[in-house]
Amino acid sequence: MMRFQAVTSPHVLLETSVGQVMRRVLYAMLPGIAALVWFFGWGVLVNLVIATAVALVAEAAMLAARGKPLAPLGDSSAVVTAWLLAVALPPLAPWWLTTIGVLSAIVVAKHLYGGLGYNPFNPAMVGYVVLLISFPREMSTWLIPRGVGQAHALTLAETLRAIFVSTPVVDALTGATPLDVLRTKMGLGFSVAEIRNSPVFGLVSGHGWEWAVLGFLAGGLWLIYTRAADWRIPTGMLGGLALISTVFYLINPQKYAPPWFHLWSGAAIFGAFFIATDPVTASATPRGRLIYGAGIGVLVYIIRAFGGYPDGVAFSVLLMNIAAPTIDLYTPPRVFGARRG
Amino acid sequence: MSETGTLKILKDGVWTQNTGFVALLGLCPLLATSNSVVNGLGLGLATTLVLLMCNVAVSLIRPLVRPEVRIPVFVLVIACAVTAVELAMHAFLPGLYQVLGIFIPLIVTNCCVIGRAEAFAFKNGVVKSAVDGVATGLGFLLALVLLGAIREILGQGTLLGQADLLFGEFGQYLTLRLIDDYRGFLLAILPPGAFIGLGCLIAIKNVLDARARRRAAARPATVLREVEA
Repeated sequence: MMRFQAVTSPHVLLETSVGQVMRRVLYAMLPGIAALVWFFGWGVLVNLVIATAVALVAEAAMLAARGKPLAPLGDSSAVVTAWLLAVALPPLAPWWLTTIGVLSAIVVAKHLYGGLGYNPFNPAMVGYVVLLISFPREMSTWLIPRGVGQAHALTLAETLRAIFVSTPVVDALTGATPLDVLRTKMGLGFSVAEIRNSPVFGLVSGHGWEWAVLGFLAGGLWLIYTRAADWRIPTGMLGGLALISTVFYLINPQKYAPPWFHLWSGAAIFGAFFIATDPVTASATPRGRLIYGAGIGVLVYIIRAFGGYPDGVAFSVLLMNIAAPTIDLYTPPRVFGARRG
Repeated sequence: MSETGTLKILKDGVWTQNTGFVALLGLCPLLATSNSVVNGLGLGLATTLVLLMCNVAVSLIRPLVRPEVRIPVFVLVIACAVTAVELAMHAFLPGLYQVLGIFIPLIVTNCCVIGRAEAFAFKNGVVKSAVDGVATGLGFLLALVLLGAIREILGQGTLLGQADLLFGEFGQYLTLRLIDDYRGFLLAILPPGAFIGLGCLIAIKNVLDARARRRAAARPATVLREVEA
């Protein structure tokens, strides 16, 4: 079997491999994960461990089944997919939920389409959407964050029992996410200002969630700084979301949540820096990436404000994944020396 | 003349030229009604009956129809057959008729019906056309039932649920509950499940065919080698 070693140009000193970029994404997720663990307890970590283990086994099995060398296992791309999915799951998601999600992501969305670099859809988001439309009840049961109500932190043993033996957790410990609350109360005719008084809301968005968002923002900015992610995609996505939410907020501030709330809640920041920036499934041209990001931002708002689900990052990313090849077709970069226009 | 023999026609219809897995005709009813075995079985049987009636009728009126007007004539024949089957189902299987709804009259638009009339019945005798109609129908039935079984097991954890719609009183005892206290994998019942399931079934069929071809190719080679030795 022939193997071709990719060699960089002699004047390029810093060699960036797939594995290096993937590991940077993992490091960048750490601050946000730390905040999630602080507010939601051990479940977050247990989910990450289950997802990582399942992803590595599935990746190895699929590489073996396709007769490929097992070397790509070392590039951590399966671990990144697993983490992106695990972070999006409820902290007490039963083990089979995480397993089905990771298997859909690695086996169906990644390897059945040809493996890393050939998948048209973001694997982690395919896994998430499969779970969201198949198991709506399990996917909407979130823990109440630390510091709200009389929530007490579950011990590691209690968490493991809830995840593996599926002992029902006391109802007082679980609740709806801020975007869920916004959506249901809005349906009951409350105004945005009244809803914001609910205890699940903190300074800007959800209590607890907002700190995780801050962590992910810090990690995301570091990714941009190290050029592991292109700045155009998050800029396009957050810009698109900010623009459309501002327009609707100015039209009727009673009925539509303010733009800062939309930017800072749900998976907006996390999605903008970690999910939409997946180099395989995103648009590849500079102008195309801005359009691709803006499309996701606008779709997220439309789904949140008018759709059937509280958050829409996963659906928006998948929809724009379909559009990415067409966007690339119409936004080729100008070749140096070619005429403008 | 084994090439056009009855067995060959049957094998083509059910396996080699299967409407659901190879020709990919009639995908709309195949994907839409295959959310349970009983639904698939009901629509498969109705389609088989329509195919049989149309192929026989088209083959019989061959000498009377000029080739220039054959397509409108086929459409009329198919519409009559489907209407007859629809009225019969409404009379004898009202429950299943309710469940399948619009997809029974829509058999008219199933490409495989007019396809068999054009490609086979208009060029062959009555007996062969009848066999072809049944074979094509059984092939479609096979696709519907297999896909229905996969989606029903994954989605609801049962097999032959609501069998009383098709088999009356007796059907209630046919339902198998494979997994107790099953939460239901909703995706399998929803439209994406139909597409993913059909994709997997086509892949499995291609693997089986490839394996059969390899085995067939290996056999003469060994014979040759023995001769050389």
